[in-house]
Amino acid sequence: MAGGTRVNGMNRGRGPKPKVENPGKLFQRIMRYVFRYYGVQFVVVIACIVITVLSTVQGTMFTQSLIDDYILPMIGQSDPDFSALAAAIMRVAFFYACGVVAAFINTRSMIYVSQGTLKHMRDDLFVHMESLPIRYFDTHAHGDIMSIYTNDIDTLRQMISQSIPQLLNSAITIVSVFVSMVILSIPLTVLTLVMVGVMMAATNYLAGRSARYFTAQQKDLGKVDGYIEEMMAGQKVVKVFCHEEENIENFKRLNDQLFDSANNANKYANVLMPVNAQIGNISYVLCAIVGGALALGGIGGFTLGRLASFLSFNKSFSMPINQISQQLNSVVMAMAGADRIFKLLDEKPETDEGYVTLVNARYENGALTECAERTDLWAWKHYHKAENTTTYTELKGNIEFHDVDFGYNEEKIVLHNIEMYANDGQKIAFVGSTGAGKTTITNLINRFYDIQDGKIRYDGININKIKKADLRRSLGIVLQDTHLFTGTVEENIRFGRLEATSEEVIAAAKRVGADGFIRRLPEGYQTVLTGDGANLSQGQRQLLSIARAAIADPPVLILDEATSSIDTRTEKIVQAGMDALMEGRTTFVIAHRLSTIMNSDCIMVLENGRIIERGRHEDLLEQKGRYYQLFTGHAALA
Amino acid sequence: MAELSGKKSKTMNILRILGDQVGEFKKDSILTPLFMICEVIMETIIPIMMASIIDNGVEAGNMNHIYLMGALMVCAAGISLLVGFMGGKYGASASSGFARNLRESMFRNIQTYSFSNIDKFSTAGLVTRLTTDVTNVQNAYQMILRMLTRAPASMIFAMAMAFVISPRLASIYLIAVIFLGICLFFIMRSAATNFRQVFHKYDDLNASVQENISGIRVVKAYVREDYEKSKFQTASENVYRLFVKAEKVLSWNNPLMQFTVYACILLISWFGAKTIVAGNLTTGQLMSLLTYCMNILMSLMMLSMVFVMITMSSASAERIAEVLTETPDITNPEQPLYEVADGSIEFNNVQFQYSHHAERPVLQDINVKIRSGETIGIIGSTGSAKSSFVNLISRLYDVTAGSVKVGGRDVREYDIETLRGEVSMVLQKNVLFSGTILENLRWGDKNATEEECIRACRLACADEFIQKMPDKYNTYIEQGGSNVSGGQKQRLCIARALLRKPKILILDDSTSAVDTATDAKIRQAFAEEIPGTTKLIIAQRISSVQSADRIIVMNEGRIDGIGTHEELLKTNEIYRDVYEAQTGGGGDFDEAAPETDGQKKGE
Repeated sequence: MAGGTRVNGMNRGRGPKPKVENPGKLFQRIMRYVFRYYGVQFVVVIACIVITVLSTVQGTMFTQSLIDDYILPMIGQSDPDFSALAAAIMRVAFFYACGVVAAFINTRSMIYVSQGTLKHMRDDLFVHMESLPIRYFDTHAHGDIMSIYTNDIDTLRQMISQSIPQLLNSAITIVSVFVSMVILSIPLTVLTLVMVGVMMAATNYLAGRSARYFTAQQKDLGKVDGYIEEMMAGQKVVKVFCHEEENIENFKRLNDQLFDSANNANKYANVLMPVNAQIGNISYVLCAIVGGALALGGIGGFTLGRLASFLSFNKSFSMPINQISQQLNSVVMAMAGADRIFKLLDEKPETDEGYVTLVNARYENGALTECAERTDLWAWKHYHKAENTTTYTELKGNIEFHDVDFGYNEEKIVLHNIEMYANDGQKIAFVGSTGAGKTTITNLINRFYDIQDGKIRYDGININKIKKADLRRSLGIVLQDTHLFTGTVEENIRFGRLEATSEEVIAAAKRVGADGFIRRLPEGYQTVLTGDGANLSQGQRQLLSIARAAIADPPVLILDEATSSIDTRTEKIVQAGMDALMEGRTTFVIAHRLSTIMNSDCIMVLENGRIIERGRHEDLLEQKGRYYQLFTGHAALA
Repeated sequence: MAELSGKKSKTMNILRILGDQVGEFKKDSILTPLFMICEVIMETIIPIMMASIIDNGVEAGNMNHIYLMGALMVCAAGISLLVGFMGGKYGASASSGFARNLRESMFRNIQTYSFSNIDKFSTAGLVTRLTTDVTNVQNAYQMILRMLTRAPASMIFAMAMAFVISPRLASIYLIAVIFLGICLFFIMRSAATNFRQVFHKYDDLNASVQENISGIRVVKAYVREDYEKSKFQTASENVYRLFVKAEKVLSWNNPLMQFTVYACILLISWFGAKTIVAGNLTTGQLMSLLTYCMNILMSLMMLSMVFVMITMSSASAERIAEVLTETPDITNPEQPLYEVADGSIEFNNVQFQYSHHAERPVLQDINVKIRSGETIGIIGSTGSAKSSFVNLISRLYDVTAGSVKVGGRDVREYDIETLRGEVSMVLQKNVLFSGTILENLRWGDKNATEEECIRACRLACADEFIQKMPDKYNTYIEQGGSNVSGGQKQRLCIARALLRKPKILILDDSTSAVDTATDAKIRQAFAEEIPGTTKLIIAQRISSVQSADRIIVMNEGRIDGIGTHEELLKTNEIYRDVYEAQTGGGGDFDEAAPETDGQKKGE
């Protein structure tokens, strides 16, 4: 019973055991999580479990006294007195009632403990994830991060809400039943223990066999699923090439393999239950025979009533032991999940030593001063610790790169000696083939990544000194892959500036030419977008992301022009939108369109992480260098 | 009422469709429940023997009886083990086999689907049905075979035995079962609706996480971390509340069960004691009755859980049935033609729409004649139905009205395989399959020699980059072609289509990621090497179609103009617009850039 990922849960417990380092510490950490918010409730749960178990045990003890102390003495009496029995039953009923109430409180509290803990964990995961640097997302498969939220949290829920209470329950039951058994008869206890040993050995053998086949099944299932995914995605190509028969043959082969391994895996898993049940029954029989002999022989004062009690204990002893072995398996699974959860929580968040902040400002008597209201004039507030003074610098949008080196890791430097000056309002275009380092440069300006060497200055301030949030707020960005969020069109545009009014949203959309298509949507600006704007065309999504940047109204813009093949007409609209956006701003654009490039103040031609040519369009053409090659399309590209 | 009976017959229909798939595992499917019932019988008999040991053995002081009964019990346990084992074995093969058959039948049926059938389900939809849904149904099937027979049987036998021992005392159980059954019914029903709601919200929550992971650059660039955090926390608070609400309902289960069991034990003890004292019951029988108590009530609990599981998998069963019952809407004619005369194409008053419910047709009034060996360029904006136009030629879809002729005969008269062998399409959304380059090429012609493959690749300008690869033509292509660039992929797809040696070759925007120079080279090769083949080229770039014999300009599902480049520049407004846009500064500059597409998608 769990979401989209619920389905595989059934087999999960039977796979090979994942390895976790230091499970003890991990377990402690999970429990600390539980106790931090729900300590009291958890203690209540434990207390309730103890009460429930004890009430069950006393009930079982009662069946002993029922026969020995109440029924047998009354047999043959002409006028049996049931009042003693009635009193005893009332007493037992009272304890039972306590047990039922405890069970109720227990399950109720457990809901809050488990769901609450999971909620806190989800929140912490998300909050922490949002603080992680871009590097984390670039180096981890998104599917893996996602599965922490779905699969791992799910296994953890099972552990907290089922495994832990069950383990506690089983442990307490085992101890109390064991004590009761010892009190009743030591020889029979030994016999029971021997049979439990046999049962555990059998379980171990079968579970091992089963696990081996489950691994094989998992592998075969992976193959079948992979084949299905590939062929369903290529089904139209299959039709075009009339490849249907071959496909069926191939699929049949894989499918039959899966059947073999699935059959074996399920067989061993299915057999486990009857085997254990029958070993339990035999244990029962043996105890009955030996116990019967003991009772008949009157050895050690063993009585019929005691035998009856012992036999129920015998049954309730093997059950929790089976349960513990099952639950331990799922605890191990949960540990592996918890390990991944805590790994994410332990990832180092993005650091920010910046102290220069962005404030609203106005000129008073020729001097720039800070003010509270929005003035459309911004200033960098720079506090100098050494002199204990604060200076204000107007936000203009000058960006300078001084001898910048950068690599995604220390060993491999991908950008070398980048020198670059962009004055406010200038347009800088980057061109070059794939992998030349165009996108990398734009990642540095907003400090998605930090440079290894050199300096980047923003209005003369080293960007390392600027608070990241303020730095990014002063930069607009339109990415090649547009990302929209679930919500209305209006909300998606407002994402650029949260306090924008509806009128401002519409104005921004109009400015970039998005208003037209938005109004044609079924609900206009209130149309709800889902699945990353799946109901919009590529061009429409781009227009929305341009509008989003427009409403933010930043002095500096980073543009990654889309190259996807949208048709010429839509492209014209998108292009016009981009042009409107670029006006009057310092713009860094990874350019693919001729018009963008030709209108640039400076074109940087990048190759292998170096700027190899720079200048205006005409100058570069005259050089007959790399730019000329790219422009005329004679470069060997493949 | 009519609605209810309709629903019922639909369910019966699904059961019948899926039931047919049990096939050769019918025997296993019948044996499994039989063995399960045998196991239950043994389990019911054992407590009787137990009682007999106590009554006739211990109380009578008859050690021989204890041995006898003990031996019988060990035998019973042995038989029980055997039938349990067999039940497990057959249950496994029946359910795994059922799943195998389901997958195979679905896969087979999907292979007969036409394009419009595929469109109806979507790729992701078909994958889910073949994987997740089958697993769900497989698990439910095993549950039905094993638990759904075991639990009621166990309950009925235990109940029957209890009645044999003492009808009066057993009636306590009957009341308990009815009481607990009614309670469980309401709890489970309410829990099921609640949980459905929660899972829906839960999926939404996960979708928003997904969104944040893939859109993290946007979130960070706009410094919206706090905004997203508070949005998430609200949603997660909601999910938490719904979960608590749903589980609260379920939390009645356990205490209720305990209450019923305890009440039964106490009542049986009290009335049992009275009956024993009155001489109508033995102590051993009392012990048996107490054992049956657990059997009966646990089975009931199990039953209610099985029902919930089955309900949850019913949606999967329905989706599987849909795939199995879908009939392909394009089939071979009765007496098909196996010969295509030449590469001429003719559209007569063609009208086409994807669905009968569509408001307006995708293609309208299409009349065009294409001579064998002609090169035709097709241009037009997105949504102008260029792809729909060419899809009709190889009968990937059927016209709604009018006719399409190839080699002088209606495409509907040909054997489909013959037609598609002669009309080779390079689709817009093309895919390569995992396997070597040679294997991929041989999709075009499975008997092609290596030389033929190399020749096709030369024509498609693919040979140059293949030769640079470490294993050349034996280079392994990863799933979805993720280890080749977009432009390389397109050229391989063209080569694959060329290997068919078709009379008609259709390129649907197939060189968009290839740089202009290579694009030109490919076209030149076509003109020189396969002059007899009719070539239809859909493109966004004017330069790709400029040199064609004729160019068709499509607009909103109609042909807006046909002619040579020069003619169209003079007469066709749309064509002129596009031309000016592309040469006047709006054209592609960085041809290499689209090549990243393939790699990015591969992530």
